[in-house]
Amino acid sequence: MKNPSVDTHLLPADSGTIGTEPLLAVDNLHVEFGTRAGVVRAVNGVSYALNAGETLAVLGESGSGKSVTAQAIMGILDMPPARIPKGEIRFRGTDLLQLSESQRSQIRGQQIAMIFQDALSALNPVFTVGWQIAEMFRVHKGMSKKASYAKAVELMDRVRIPAAKQRVNDYPHQFSGGMRQRIMIAMSIALDPDLLIADEPTTALDVTVQAQIMELLAELQRESNMGLILITHDLGVVADVADKIAVMYGGRIVENAPVHDIYRNAAHPYTKGLLDSIPRVDMKGQELYAIKGLPPNLLDMPTGCAFHPRCPFRQDNCVTDVPPLHEISGTRSSACHYWREVLDGTAG
Amino acid sequence: MAPQGEPILEVRDLVKHFPLTQGIVLKRQVGAIKAVDGVSFDLHRGETLGVVGESGCGKSTLAKLLMALEKPTSGSVKVNGEMVDVHKGSNLKKFRRNIQMVMQDPYTSLNPRMTVGDIIGEPYEIHTEVAPKGDRRRKVQELLEVVGLNPDHINRYPHQFSGGQRQRIGIARGLALQPEIIVCDEPVSALDVSIQAQVINLLERLQNEFGLAYIFIAHDLSVVRHISDRVAVMYLGKIVEIGKDTEIYDRPSHPYTQALLSAVPVPDPEGRETRERIILQGDPPSPANPPSGCRFRTRCWKAQEICAVEEPLLQIRPGTDHESACHFAEVHDVVHAS
Repeated sequence: MKNPSVDTHLLPADSGTIGTEPLLAVDNLHVEFGTRAGVVRAVNGVSYALNAGETLAVLGESGSGKSVTAQAIMGILDMPPARIPKGEIRFRGTDLLQLSESQRSQIRGQQIAMIFQDALSALNPVFTVGWQIAEMFRVHKGMSKKASYAKAVELMDRVRIPAAKQRVNDYPHQFSGGMRQRIMIAMSIALDPDLLIADEPTTALDVTVQAQIMELLAELQRESNMGLILITHDLGVVADVADKIAVMYGGRIVENAPVHDIYRNAAHPYTKGLLDSIPRVDMKGQELYAIKGLPPNLLDMPTGCAFHPRCPFRQDNCVTDVPPLHEISGTRSSACHYWREVLDGTAG
Repeated sequence: MAPQGEPILEVRDLVKHFPLTQGIVLKRQVGAIKAVDGVSFDLHRGETLGVVGESGCGKSTLAKLLMALEKPTSGSVKVNGEMVDVHKGSNLKKFRRNIQMVMQDPYTSLNPRMTVGDIIGEPYEIHTEVAPKGDRRRKVQELLEVVGLNPDHINRYPHQFSGGQRQRIGIARGLALQPEIIVCDEPVSALDVSIQAQVINLLERLQNEFGLAYIFIAHDLSVVRHISDRVAVMYLGKIVEIGKDTEIYDRPSHPYTQALLSAVPVPDPEGRETRERIILQGDPPSPANPPSGCRFRTRCWKAQEICAVEEPLLQIRPGTDHESACHFAEVHDVVHAS
């Protein structure tokens, strides 16, 4: 898929394959927002890594920091109010946070691209979709208007928008929700990025359309060996497409694991609670398991483990000591003091 | 809960067309959005009927028609054997005491300038016979306790509560007049995953306690399966399949139901490579101009000539044990197939 002659990689093209450096490595990232009510610590030491061709699902509820992490990787946080006091985001071995704004905007779109949840508000309503897709080629590649439009039609075909040639001059409101999301995807893959971040790409869509979009993403990923970060709260979508999962709670990663391990046996009480609260066929007529209480207030985080007020297995030291991310195996870790007991089912 | 005795709600051939007009001074009708186009079903005491379908299939319009918030173009709704006359105020008032609604979005369905006590107590202002004035505050506090909120928070405002708590306030308001039927329009879809289970458990507990009948509208099929006794699948304003939960989920016979069920992601990665997936092509057609004959035929892989000519009726067909609106209805278990 990749055409090296037009690829203007800012970074050495194959630095990603040197040694064991993954495509993307987020390391101990902190993001905070200065607000009138105080400092909101949205991300408190998040680390994850992703290789080319891999799909990482970041799972979490609203306020868990999953989208803020993605925006920090993409470099689209408004600073201020946002601040990144600590951490590294290494893309092919280079720390993005050390780059200048002009260097970052070279990477943005060309090497790292993003799809947003609500395609209607992410697209500009007063320009045609063709103009918006073609803009990627005009701005980043300096193509002529005509050539960029031809490219736009090609891309619309590739994301399977019917009658692309006729529809290239339509406006976003003339498309259905699923088609708009396809246009967003067309824009994001326009420059063959190495990393695609999809922030709740199907949350606003119906299930049959969701299935179409997820299939399209998987296909594009196979074709170009992209790394995909899928941000979602849907445990079903994650089980369908992810290779590995990072579960976030209160701005931290609480569990990191390959997808099969986590669904077989969770190593953190929060993950376990989420999985147990899915309605299952054999549970019909019984009460669903519910995690009690509410997600934490980011302005007033609980001491110790952020999950302790809701945790059924809480012990005294959970209230005082912040649990580190314990390594369970080479690929798996859990931020629970009692991960062994949670895994064995002997906790509490 | 097995349906027993007379149905508490009878819906027959309910139709709602929204006119499409052209011209500013002289409006003429140039067509109609056929939002709900001939829907019939019964609901029994203490029963839950799940309604599933994609956006635009008419499930929310159906909810509004049941609440008499919209006047039907034709068709009838009977509650306890009595016809609901939407043109007669006294009749409507009596009817509305018996059927209440829980809305989707707890952030916009509660007035931010009213206290929780005023919101839950407002139904008593209209139906003064349910609670005498001096008794209302105590009743509201009772309701708060029933839905699991602190009765001392009666003077707080909606913004002081979280999403799940606000949905509880909405449920308490729905319970205030002791209705027999509650229409829940996507009651958990705006809530966080860890909170959804809490609200579903509450709805089930209230049903057992007060013998409520629910119309449960949602797009999350696993939630619908958990709570429903019977399920209706809608497509473009019509019910395409209706039956007991096991009949719909284990033995679906309409191609649309099968596609819908197979599209739902299963929260278990085991065997995900071999799972059967029916990916439908395209989007649902516009309800302003639905296809002739069977409305699903434009996306259906079984479609033949007869489907374009003759509209399939919702009836029990050879080889199935429940009603299905497909000429070629055939039981096919998509969920458990591998």
